[in-house]
Amino acid sequence: MFGPARWDKVIGLLAIAVVIAGTGCKKTAVDPFPASGAVAGWEKTSDTRVFAAKDLWQYVDGDAEQYIQAGVVSTSTSDYKYQGQLEATVDVYTMGDSAGAQKIFGKSQSKDAKAISLGDAGIAYAQSVTFRKGPYLVRIVAYEDTPTAQQSLIALAHGVETKL
Amino acid sequence: MKSRRDFLKNAAAGAVVLGSSAAADKLGLAATPDTQGANGKSKVVIARDAALHGTSTQPDEQRVLNLLDKAMAAYTGRDKPLEAWKSIVPANIRAGKVIGLKVNGLGGKGISTHTALIQAVAERLQQAGVKPGNILVWDQNANFLQACGFAINTDPSRVRSYPADTAGYEDKESSWGVAHIHITKILTRECDMVINLPILKDHRMAGVTFAMKNMYGVVDKPFTLHENNCNPGVADLNCIPVIRTKVRFTIGDAISSVYDGGPAFHPERLWYPNALVVGEDRVALDYTAWQMIASKRAEAGMPTLEADGRPPNYIITAADGAHLLGTNDPQRIHLLEV
Repeated sequence: MFGPARWDKVIGLLAIAVVIAGTGCKKTAVDPFPASGAVAGWEKTSDTRVFAAKDLWQYVDGDAEQYIQAGVVSTSTSDYKYQGQLEATVDVYTMGDSAGAQKIFGKSQSKDAKAISLGDAGIAYAQSVTFRKGPYLVRIVAYEDTPTAQQSLIALAHGVETKL
Repeated sequence: MKSRRDFLKNAAAGAVVLGSSAAADKLGLAATPDTQGANGKSKVVIARDAALHGTSTQPDEQRVLNLLDKAMAAYTGRDKPLEAWKSIVPANIRAGKVIGLKVNGLGGKGISTHTALIQAVAERLQQAGVKPGNILVWDQNANFLQACGFAINTDPSRVRSYPADTAGYEDKESSWGVAHIHITKILTRECDMVINLPILKDHRMAGVTFAMKNMYGVVDKPFTLHENNCNPGVADLNCIPVIRTKVRFTIGDAISSVYDGGPAFHPERLWYPNALVVGEDRVALDYTAWQMIASKRAEAGMPTLEADGRPPNYIITAADGAHLLGTNDPQRIHLLEV
């Protein structure tokens, strides 16, 4: 029989084995955010912040509920800058399934939106791009209305889409 | 006859007493004349400058300061900015108490209380005799503050800024109606008076967010007050004595706004009222804000908030006999547009 000290070691090794086995079987988490320079002209200017569904109110209280009702699992956000001037924020909502992404995407559509070919469906306005791909809902907004803002945002959106 | 200044001074002293008495909660400050003009009506000023933005998305700083002066002059009846500010901020507060500026950065850098407005208010307060370190700019968390252009700063020789979650919340629960929350120590312990600096927005649940709704940034778990389109959550929260008594004046930012999809930033629904909305009666202010959003939505061909299933009924609740936070009766609001 093992003594108490030996049992501690065995239990510890078992715990490590369980953790390794668990993570080893899981799919690696998606990092949807293009690195600086990966999309021409765009620089990633902040660390990525991640909010679990229960903490989403800390990011945008009052808006969180619609995502929770649609089954959001987590939300990631990061800031970008285009050619050192145009600031933008990329939000990636990981929903439980594609129906959840579709539900939120549907609310984003209006008659003045321009349909774009991106993921499963995408739309663009002068200062924003929204698209969905599988369980992901992506929203990119710029903080200035410049003549090239929409085109630049669509380019960044393609950069995100290829990483999903 | 008492001057307005004397009255405010006394009212501020009384507020401390009211705030410490649970029985006094029900008296309701709306019944006192501090939210009302000489004609018995609640005064609300909308000051506008159509050229506030020029060709930029950011407003011109000097024009924002000028617009603030115009709003304060119209509200107080005093043309000189310093006299106007002295009539709003009692001498005992200016002499060494801490004045909080509760901003709103929830919508991110696209739709948050403008830095230029916060700076303008801080500048005028200092000119009125308030020490820089006795001005504290705050919101719920550091990211919200950053969206308003402020980093954390605790240096007492400068205007200070730090968020509610850093300061921490009271262990003891505060309750009024459906509101059972913990309030930030910034409000309970640090500030003697708060000037409310919300930003006008459509709100997906509440309908409109402006003066009263900005108090959600004062508590630890604001999402617990969202049920039923935030009604009576907003009204009940504003009845909590420390909020009711310390948050005495509102300088509402309607420099830019979103008329749909709020409280998040939706640039496709961004609009530039180029205005400040100023007053003491938080209900009258929110009623006015509702009318501004309603008017813009009608102009854009959008359904009314009622038709959209989210009328801001908390404004009606806030005015009722149980809450007495102010008036939502347009006949009792003296709306002055300058």
